[in-house]
Amino acid sequence: MHKDLEEFQEKLPLKLLDEIEALAPASKLKKVAKKVLEEYEAARIDAGEAVGLISAESIGEPGTQMTLNTFHYAGVAEMNVTMGLPRIIEILDGRKSISTPSMEIFLKSPYNKGEKIREAALQIKETKLGDVVSEYGMNIVDLKIELKFSAERIKELGLTPAAIGKVIEKPLASDAQVKVEGDGLTLRLKEKEEGRGLNALYRLKEKCKEVYVSGIKGVRQVLPVKRKDEYLIITFGSNLKKLFELDFVDTTRTTTNDIHEISEVLGVEAARQAIIDEVFRVIETQGLDVDIRHIMLVADTMTASGEIKGITRYGVVSEKASVLARASFETPIKHVINAALKGEVDTLNSVVENVMLNQTVPVGTGLPSLVSKKEK
Amino acid sequence: MPRKKKDVESQESGQSEAVEQVETPKEAPQEAAPVDAVPEVKQLDKTQFSRERMESIQHYVYKQVSSVVFGVLSPKMIKKMASAKIVTPELYDKEGYPVDGGLMDVRLGVIDPGLRCKTCGSKLKECIGHFGYIELARPVIHVKFARIIHLLLRATCKECSRLMIHPDKWGKAKSHLEKIEREEGPEARRIAVKALIEGGRLGGKCPHCKAKQVKVSIEKPTTFMEADRRISPIEVRARLEKIPDEDIELWGLNPKTARPEWMVMTILAIPPVTVRPSITLETGERSEDDLTHKLGDIVRINQRLFENINAGAPEIIIEDLWDLLQYHVTTFFDNSIAQLPPARHRSGQPLKTITERIKSKEGRIRHNLAGKRTNFCARTVISPDPMIAIDEVGVPKVIAMKLTVPETVNEWNMAYLKKFVQNGPTAYPGSNYVVRPDGKKKRITEETKEATIEELQPGYVVERHLMDGDIAIFNRQPSLHRMSMMCHKVRVLPGRTLRLNPAVCNPYNADFDGDEMNLHIPQTEESRAEAEILMEVQTQLISPRYGLSVIGCIQDAISGNYLLSKVKEMPIERACALLAAVGVTDFSRITGKKKVSGKDVFSALIPQDFDYQGQSRTGEPVVIKKGQLVEGTIDTKAIGGEGEGLLLRNLHKQYGPERTIKMLHQIFRLGIEHLFHSGFSTGIADEDLPSEAREQIDQLLRQAEEDVAQMIALFQKGELEVFPGRTMRETLELKILERLNKARNGCGQIIKGFVNDENQAAVMILSGARGSILSLIQMSACVGQQAMRGKRIEKGYRGRTLSCFKDGDLSPEARGFIMHSFKQGINPKEFFFQAITGRDALMDTALRTPKSGYLYRRLANAMQDLKVEYDGTVRDASGRIIQFSYGEDGVDVARSESGKINVKRIVDGEE
Repeated sequence: MHKDLEEFQEKLPLKLLDEIEALAPASKLKKVAKKVLEEYEAARIDAGEAVGLISAESIGEPGTQMTLNTFHYAGVAEMNVTMGLPRIIEILDGRKSISTPSMEIFLKSPYNKGEKIREAALQIKETKLGDVVSEYGMNIVDLKIELKFSAERIKELGLTPAAIGKVIEKPLASDAQVKVEGDGLTLRLKEKEEGRGLNALYRLKEKCKEVYVSGIKGVRQVLPVKRKDEYLIITFGSNLKKLFELDFVDTTRTTTNDIHEISEVLGVEAARQAIIDEVFRVIETQGLDVDIRHIMLVADTMTASGEIKGITRYGVVSEKASVLARASFETPIKHVINAALKGEVDTLNSVVENVMLNQTVPVGTGLPSLVSKKEK
Repeated sequence: MPRKKKDVESQESGQSEAVEQVETPKEAPQEAAPVDAVPEVKQLDKTQFSRERMESIQHYVYKQVSSVVFGVLSPKMIKKMASAKIVTPELYDKEGYPVDGGLMDVRLGVIDPGLRCKTCGSKLKECIGHFGYIELARPVIHVKFARIIHLLLRATCKECSRLMIHPDKWGKAKSHLEKIEREEGPEARRIAVKALIEGGRLGGKCPHCKAKQVKVSIEKPTTFMEADRRISPIEVRARLEKIPDEDIELWGLNPKTARPEWMVMTILAIPPVTVRPSITLETGERSEDDLTHKLGDIVRINQRLFENINAGAPEIIIEDLWDLLQYHVTTFFDNSIAQLPPARHRSGQPLKTITERIKSKEGRIRHNLAGKRTNFCARTVISPDPMIAIDEVGVPKVIAMKLTVPETVNEWNMAYLKKFVQNGPTAYPGSNYVVRPDGKKKRITEETKEATIEELQPGYVVERHLMDGDIAIFNRQPSLHRMSMMCHKVRVLPGRTLRLNPAVCNPYNADFDGDEMNLHIPQTEESRAEAEILMEVQTQLISPRYGLSVIGCIQDAISGNYLLSKVKEMPIERACALLAAVGVTDFSRITGKKKVSGKDVFSALIPQDFDYQGQSRTGEPVVIKKGQLVEGTIDTKAIGGEGEGLLLRNLHKQYGPERTIKMLHQIFRLGIEHLFHSGFSTGIADEDLPSEAREQIDQLLRQAEEDVAQMIALFQKGELEVFPGRTMRETLELKILERLNKARNGCGQIIKGFVNDENQAAVMILSGARGSILSLIQMSACVGQQAMRGKRIEKGYRGRTLSCFKDGDLSPEARGFIMHSFKQGINPKEFFFQAITGRDALMDTALRTPKSGYLYRRLANAMQDLKVEYDGTVRDASGRIIQFSYGEDGVDVARSESGKINVKRIVDGEE
């Protein structure tokens, strides 16, 4: 950093200092910085400002202008992902399972140049037994199924019948015995009930189709895309943890839209950023304008406890210290009863309780009070 | 008034489960009736203030409630706080006077005018009411605690009533449970205890006394069973009584506020009559409150139960009566329990008892406590008036004569205020009431006028009519952001509607198709000052949502200024007339010139040291140098509201809100005034197209149709090139959509080539005042593809959209492409498609509003107590840090330029 700017280091945010250094000529750095500081001080937020409510307003008000049921349609090769109001609700609820999980996978060189991208994609996509089997031979007499593989598909995936047999052995252990026979597998039914074998055999056939063979569990679709001058893979279905185990994935840039997954794999700080990015993206695509600070504050309230808490009666609201504040939101009776059992004391620190009692609320101009010395 | 609120709460929730204590800072906390101002004042007597002086101060010094304690009422406590024992279900005697020991006993408070409360001696409205109690013949379970009792019975030994956790594991259990409670709440703790007991079960034996345990089950709502034997409430209570305090604490209750045996009631608290007032119908008949009805049932059954027990009636009869009593007490607390038939009125409509009173949106908490009604407000239809200032509100005289402002009389304003009293309530400006220093309110009438004037002296308060310049708060629902409630100055006007300057329509989201708005008049100096400083229109110019102006010119004001800034030359007289109409009296800025252009007239409103560089909507530069518009046309990008209007924001930055709002008003008026002079109107002729344009458009649409037909043919042959990751059908749809959109946009290009400033519809579009090029296309060229969920219409019959098409017809016409324009008229098929999308849009709005409303409510509730502390951190009510610095840099969006500090502007200014 330029020495002229050093004295401002404590007073101005780093981002502004960088901007000053980039834009102003070296001779005028100090002068500019002084002016910026002046404007910065004037633009500082006042103590006591009810920033939470302002943020809530800023997100709630444009909510009425957002469209329902919109699907992202930009570009031909993109995936359909929930957008619009439902997506915002989904994020702020802190829902564990989201309606359209999707990953954006960046690849290491040389994959990101488009080489062998198909192979990479195939490795990522979850393959089930049904995807590689070309023929099912039902042997009713011996109660077994003979599976023939599509040689082409197996080769693409770099599998052998023996390897597949090994993988599927365990999940099918309770129903069938797996045996490798030449180019195929044989599933021999373990008969549990006498005489009902035929039925069970058909059920086994259906069941074995769904057995996991290779790839990443949960990734139902993969789509290689070229963005700018780089290839990346967009998926439908998300499983970050397993994905990061693959060595051709650029783990520094790959993301998912499942916030809980990010929290688990990368930590809350990353989850907070993910909330901000996701909400901001939705608002932006709706053509609305909301300052990033408001979204940040929402993300921070959701993650301040160290894990993701939704803006619901089970999440953020249940964390409130005040009984009356909780009761004024939802299920008042439940909150009052629990408070009575615990003998809780509401010290009237937040807004609603004081509104209830017709007292000044402790925000804004209600905050300052006079202190006087007691006369002796 | 705080005291009113307090009694409502303590009576309602207190009855069922919580006592609220008013912790007064000085005195003993247990003062039943909250003390109002007068004794408080007297306490200060010893200080340097004289009593006279204190009493002459008009404002009440309220006691502050510092905390509210919740707990379960013990029988002892109920008796202590009760002032009457209720023994008879009768309400009134023959004369209509409340019966002693009845439910409307005068010791419980008064609801009839003229009567005095026997407990506190005060009259109606002064007495807040007092509790009573009923001695129950047999104990009864409190429904709301049935679950807790059940869990407790299962967790404790049936013989020794100890918590069935082995003494050795006590310490470990305690820390484990406390951890669970901290993380997951009290309910999770109770469940966790169950797991501990079941895990450490000694073959179904109590670890303390080794007694064999039997599983206790609950038959909802209030019956407990042990194996197949019913445990009577007496037995339940006996068991609960025996549980030692330490065990209760470990289990997760606070034995000081909630002993478990209190959950089985032997005594029932009766809420004061003021909580359940009866209403007298026009016929003179009394109609009692639902709670009184329910209590009557309880008392009646209770009496019968007593009699039967005393008479030694058979056990079965007593059991039946006991169950009935249980039912009545249960429904008294909650009348919407799934397993019980709700108690009903004779008309069949269910009674509204305590739980129903408290919960839901119409309940006490959300309806009366979190939101309140106010006096001194008005509501009517609004209408526009560009002549009044932006920060004014036009109030009809009728309203101004009903709403009042209190003014305290002193030596200096005595004569001034006497005039208002002299005018009385019928003449404007007059006054409606005079308040004496002792708080007595006196209505001014023609007869009492003279006497009142005589009586008037310092310390009296005159409630005078609303006048020009008074402070008012103006509001339109839904109040979605803080700009939905702004402070305006009153302007009393003839007529019957509230008037507002059209420039503030944006923040209120108001139009004049019948909208109504509310007006509030703050009644104290403090509230007026606060409203003026924090809520006035000019302070709300910049939205905290995105840091840009929300208030700006709209509609005619924009098109007017747009046209004006294009006027090359105008007579100087005309220019002066324009400026004069706007309120400019100093013409020196235009008189010196030979030729006066529209730009010069506009510039006359801009300060002479102002520089601006921006762009118009078409991307051409707009330059203001030293207060002179040198280049470009003025449009929404410069003077519009709602996130546009950069010129306005720069003016605001440089000259502050006060001057900006004045300039904005002048600019607004200038636009309208220019249109007054030059005339402006749009008609169907504006959508006429020259025949060559029509031909070009037809050609374009025909071409598009052919292209699509080709695509479909390719698709049917299976030769269509497929997009990666799509099926051929999807690819076809995407291609068709793209092609048709291209065709419509092509229409736009053609139209653009043919419109000019002669076309007034186009002027509105180009200046950004109203409409878009799309709407012009739809009116004059082609309505275009009707899309549902981003796809062409495909619903309807199998394989086709309407029965007049062939199965599988994929042509544009059969999938919702409207080729005609609105002006040409659309054919029945096209009309049908438009109706489909129109209906879909309506549905979308109808479904979205409640959804986003709920999201907003949740957000507001979760974040309402976050505030910036003096150290710059953002914290919640309990002091937990949410952000170390607001928005990572502590910048207020409303004071920034779209959320940023504009370094570039500062650097440029330096050069």
